[in-house]
Amino acid sequence: MTDHLLEVKNLTKYFYLNSDMVSRMAGKQRTLKAVDDISFFVKRGETLGLVGESGCGKSTTGRLITRLIEPTDGEIVYDNEDLLSFSHKRMQENRKSIQLVFQDPYASLNPRKTIMQILGRPLEVHGLADNWTDRRTRVLELLQLVGLGLEHVDRYPHEFSGGQRQRIAIARALAVDPELVIGDEPVSALDVSIQAQILNLFRELQEQFNLTYLFIAHDLSVIRHISDRVAVMYVGKIVETGTVDRIFADPQHPYTKALLAAVPEADPKKPPPKLILEGEVATPIDPPPGCRLCGRCPLATEICETVSPNLVDGGDGHYVACHHV
Amino acid sequence: MAEPVLSVDDLTIRFHLKRGELTAVDGVSFSIDKGETFGLVGESGSGKTVTARSIMRLIPTPPGEIVKGQVRFEGENIFDKNDTEMRAMRGNQVAMVFQEPMSALNPVFTVGSQISDALRTNMGLSKPEARERVVELLQLVGIPSPASRLDSYVHEFSGGMRQRVMLAMALSCDPTFLIADEPTTALDVTIQAVILELIRSMIERFDMSLLFITHNLGVVAHACDTIGVMYASHLVELGKKDEIFANPQHPYTVGLLNSIPRLDKQTKFLTPIKGLVCNMLDPPPGCKFNPRCEHAHDRCRVEAPVFKEVAPGHYAACHLLD
Repeated sequence: MTDHLLEVKNLTKYFYLNSDMVSRMAGKQRTLKAVDDISFFVKRGETLGLVGESGCGKSTTGRLITRLIEPTDGEIVYDNEDLLSFSHKRMQENRKSIQLVFQDPYASLNPRKTIMQILGRPLEVHGLADNWTDRRTRVLELLQLVGLGLEHVDRYPHEFSGGQRQRIAIARALAVDPELVIGDEPVSALDVSIQAQILNLFRELQEQFNLTYLFIAHDLSVIRHISDRVAVMYVGKIVETGTVDRIFADPQHPYTKALLAAVPEADPKKPPPKLILEGEVATPIDPPPGCRLCGRCPLATEICETVSPNLVDGGDGHYVACHHV
Repeated sequence: MAEPVLSVDDLTIRFHLKRGELTAVDGVSFSIDKGETFGLVGESGSGKTVTARSIMRLIPTPPGEIVKGQVRFEGENIFDKNDTEMRAMRGNQVAMVFQEPMSALNPVFTVGSQISDALRTNMGLSKPEARERVVELLQLVGIPSPASRLDSYVHEFSGGMRQRVMLAMALSCDPTFLIADEPTTALDVTIQAVILELIRSMIERFDMSLLFITHNLGVVAHACDTIGVMYASHLVELGKKDEIFANPQHPYTVGLLNSIPRLDKQTKFLTPIKGLVCNMLDPPPGCKFNPRCEHAHDRCRVEAPVFKEVAPGHYAACHLLD
């Protein structure tokens, strides 16, 4: 028995481009390696921050874990059970314990439904409240929980601001009493003053319900704030993972270092942002066999071009995938 | 003391919408000296983009209306200029970089033809001359092998490269003043660092002044000399960058700085500003920030505060400073 609520092993998702028959026969098929052989775990009650730049595969990872898309290869162990072996029906039941909060609350809430309908639906689907009165009571409870007034219950999404909508999206995720909540950039569409409110809400709810979070974001200061442990992704690979303090105080991987140096801090006394790496983010389409950072990395040598580095334990749970660290 | 390059004086812009009257910019005044970089910060809907666009006279009227105030560029009020004079000013003197290069650039023309259009219209260059100049410009903003990228379309560039193209276009007619409206918001943090550095070096090299619009306090902390903070169509605080960060006076500025999660330490809870931004169609009387302000008292609910100088060159609009 481990305390790992979620364990991902060698998870891989390839998308095949130009996969029609003509292209395949002409040898023009290409492979987009969105998530390429990644492994990580999330302990019960903790927050794992998954950070990386656009296109690095962090959202794909979130969707794979909820099985909104099916992986090409790998294992997802949830609560000591192999999630990928679940039947459709079993998976549907299991969705009760894994919930998602999406980035854009303007797109994730149905504009034609009232808040009552939006929050009542998961209760209905999972048979948590059979009649309207029960549902109503629970929905009002949920609104209160996320800090919205009860008078909002019969309104439509367009009547709410971005921050309020995100509260509704969070309430919907909580409606079914989940254990694991995956937040896919849940605060990146919000203004700073509202972002701070929502981040606090995530914290409060975690304490109250002992929730486990997989928090996906590109904003390093958000990740720093919310996470217990962090995994840094670059072009489909996890390059470094460890406790939040270690990662931010003493980053090891050249990419993590570069990422941290590029953040402009809201303090003129701090050093200005700079980019240590050269060139642009590599493409995940038919990547070369070696390290994905090869070609931009100041430490790169011959081995980096041919052998993809594995995550190596550097002690106390800090893993780095680099030949030169 | 020399006259500022740009001075905005009591600018008030209102939009007449079906839903009602919306005052997007209300009594905003600031000025930018030659060579200065000025950052206008605020959250979505605070009126920073409308302010910037009015400088280029890009506000459609109707529904927009310049209710009062003036914008003086090199001593001349731009609202007195006719269309021909305005057209001569845009691009040649004042140029603008937009947030979303994908929607600001035309997808059906090649990058080369778009930039040379500007050169041929504004500077009267011939086709081959313009082409040559475009290659120089693309080189300048760091696009690799520019001669071969000239005939590419916008979609063939990455986000960072598109923003470089925008910058090349903005610089094409040697402007003296650059307006950058959230130029790095759509970019990843590593690309953002590169574009910020590029803008900074261009400003220095061509001795330009800069109006930088952003919601990111981290970006202004490093990209600007002077900062103006906007909230609900008002400029609430104005001063030198170091002053504002070390000694913020307006409760909104203080709240904004406290809301940002820090990179150097972890705190359990952040200190957000409570409540929501007021409805701009029906703003509260008095100080627009009063419903969210912890220090609000009776006077704040009836009387709008005016700018007071709290330190040399540092202004804030708050009754608490009396």
